[in-house]
Amino acid sequence: MRGLGIVFIAMAILAGPRAAAETAKNNYNAYCVQCHGLRGNGMGLNTDEMSVQPRDHSDAKSMSGRSDKELFKVIKEGGLAISKSVLMPAWKDVLSDDEINDLVGFLRDVCKCTHGN
Amino acid sequence: MLALAATPALAKSSGTILLQERCATCHDLKGPAAVTLSALRMRKGPDLFYAGNKYRAGWLVRWLEKPTRIRPAGMFYLDHIKPGPKRDVIDTTTLTPHLALNAGDAVSAAEALMGLKANGKLLGTKPFIPGPSPMGEMTFDKFYGCTACHEIEPEFGGLSGPEVYTAGRRLTPEFMLSFIRDPQAWNPKGLMPNKHVPEANIPKLVNFLIELAKKDWK
Repeated sequence: MRGLGIVFIAMAILAGPRAAAETAKNNYNAYCVQCHGLRGNGMGLNTDEMSVQPRDHSDAKSMSGRSDKELFKVIKEGGLAISKSVLMPAWKDVLSDDEINDLVGFLRDVCKCTHGN
Repeated sequence: MLALAATPALAKSSGTILLQERCATCHDLKGPAAVTLSALRMRKGPDLFYAGNKYRAGWLVRWLEKPTRIRPAGMFYLDHIKPGPKRDVIDTTTLTPHLALNAGDAVSAAEALMGLKANGKLLGTKPFIPGPSPMGEMTFDKFYGCTACHEIEPEFGGLSGPEVYTAGRRLTPEFMLSFIRDPQAWNPKGLMPNKHVPEANIPKLVNFLIELAKKDWK
């Protein structure tokens, strides 16, 4: 048992600092606003020379065309995972699945829409 | 002889004191890295507790004497942007210049910074051997989309991340290699996503950044 404890402690040290879970709003502000904008309209700070404009999260028509599953996938695995732009990175190394699910809910609040509505 | 032998230790000591007195307010000199966004946002400058593994010493001395802005939108872009007529823009009134050191202090500070060597295990043991960077810009821009957040020349590229056209002057190749491979190992809450660049392609990106920095940008 003692050996097992030492292994767990060693694993914890090797794993490095663990990031804490954040609210969807804080995650959106930190990681999404740089491209999707303060107003969520896809006109963020980085967009001037972008070959593909980021999604307008406030566009209910466009956002209702995406299922929650697709939104989860694109946040977690990046644009290429749903045949969209490489400019949208995968955030799976920064955000947990729970945080990504919360972000999907946050996006539904921003667009005031659901899938198909 | 005694005085000569003591000189390096004294110089290091004065540099360390200088760091504590003039740099520690904005930079983390001790680590570990922030694990919450609120802690990350409190940082007013890059973490320096691994400066000795990150920066090139000669560049540090030059930059500390004549600092220029490396991050167009400041350390945490969200604190320095506002809605513009078409898109969000940098609110330059919120940006403050980095303090400049005199030549002697710049040498002392750089020497002390080079002694801050946390995270050394992330660098591996093999020194990076520079090489050609065929299709480097295409790899950086088109394949991995890095220009979304980084400028690859003045006024071309994203503004939330640090400019990368000077990265090859500022950063050690071993750090660039390691940081591209696993940004969260250095900064768990940082804005740089892991692009999962295949191991064989990471040196191509580093070589591209080294070559890019050789141009006469500024």
